[in-house]
Amino acid sequence: MSQLKNFSKGFIKENPVFVLLLGMCPTLGVTSSAINGLGMGLATTFVLLMSNIVVSLVKKGIPDKVRIPAFIVIIATFVTVVELTMQAYLPSLFKSLGLFIPLIVVNCLVLGRAEAFASKNNVLSSMVDGLGMGLGFTFALVTLGGIREVLGSGKFFDLTIYPENYVTLVFVLSPGAFIVLGYLIAALNLIKKND
Amino acid sequence: MNYLVIVIGAILVNNIVLMQFLGICPFLGVSKKVSTGIGMTGAVAFVMILATIVTYLIQHYILDKFGLGFLQTIAFILIIASLVQMVEIILKKVSPPLYQALGIFLPLITTNCAILGVAILTIQKEFNLTESVIFAISHAIGFGLALILFSGIREHLDLQDVPKGLKGTPIALIAAGILAMAFMGFSGLV
Repeated sequence: MSQLKNFSKGFIKENPVFVLLLGMCPTLGVTSSAINGLGMGLATTFVLLMSNIVVSLVKKGIPDKVRIPAFIVIIATFVTVVELTMQAYLPSLFKSLGLFIPLIVVNCLVLGRAEAFASKNNVLSSMVDGLGMGLGFTFALVTLGGIREVLGSGKFFDLTIYPENYVTLVFVLSPGAFIVLGYLIAALNLIKKND
Repeated sequence: MNYLVIVIGAILVNNIVLMQFLGICPFLGVSKKVSTGIGMTGAVAFVMILATIVTYLIQHYILDKFGLGFLQTIAFILIIASLVQMVEIILKKVSPPLYQALGIFLPLITTNCAILGVAILTIQKEFNLTESVIFAISHAIGFGLALILFSGIREHLDLQDVPKGLKGTPIALIAAGILAMAFMGFSGLV
């Protein structure tokens, strides 16, 4: 597989959220606005990229039986790095993402890529895979966050689009997350079938 | 009174799945039948309560004491992973029928964010040990309530004539959204 294909598969064809349904908790939990989705997506991308690189570098040294705990420790290390960096430099984003930053550890997407891809491929492909999947995840989160923000608070990246009197508040609350994601996946299914 | 607020808050008002979005993977993954939903609830409740007690003790007697707070995430996930492994081994030896019922769900629980989420939440809210245990038990009940309600709905959905594009996951997500809307009705309770 060419590196370009490897990189671009994360966006539509194997999009972690819309197609593989991985990492649903942060997807639904933090996407009340586009900016939160972007922050969460980039944080996850960083963890995914770094853990993919490290896992593919050390894969020969890890006995098969303890590979999952070993992967989890590697991932947890990078999550701690993100957590502390964000707390220091982006305190407001850190506050709005809250619990979901430490929970990147248990995002099935990160562990899934380490197990399914990085533990079998070389460093370069793993890097490209991590970056592509991470950005695909970010793309999905920003799309979902953008739609919810426009419908639920009349804004897009904090720019007012229409007055607050006309918003449908339910879209920024928890039911909106499920419903918007449901219709997004349905729309993608229909587009794919028509191809 | 304080305990009652924790219980109602965790089960109905801030339902762990529908309001806090923790444990969505098992919520969508194993909710096709009510019976598997009950099995998963049992396994999650068991590990959640155990994990909350152990992480509480580790946080207060080891991490805080030696100023290692920054290791929280790594320490907790390692504890949960080894706890799940241990529970699996013990159950296999001690109670084979229970292992039969819960066995397939146990490995999935390590990456269930509800467990780690509740463990971290109890530390953030500065509960004492009794409150933490009650908090964990009520969250487990809340998880079970949402999962069992949802799997009941999904069993019915299978029999309905759903529009083409909405079949499968999309309609399940929309149903979950409507269930979440119903739970919003509890929001004035506490």
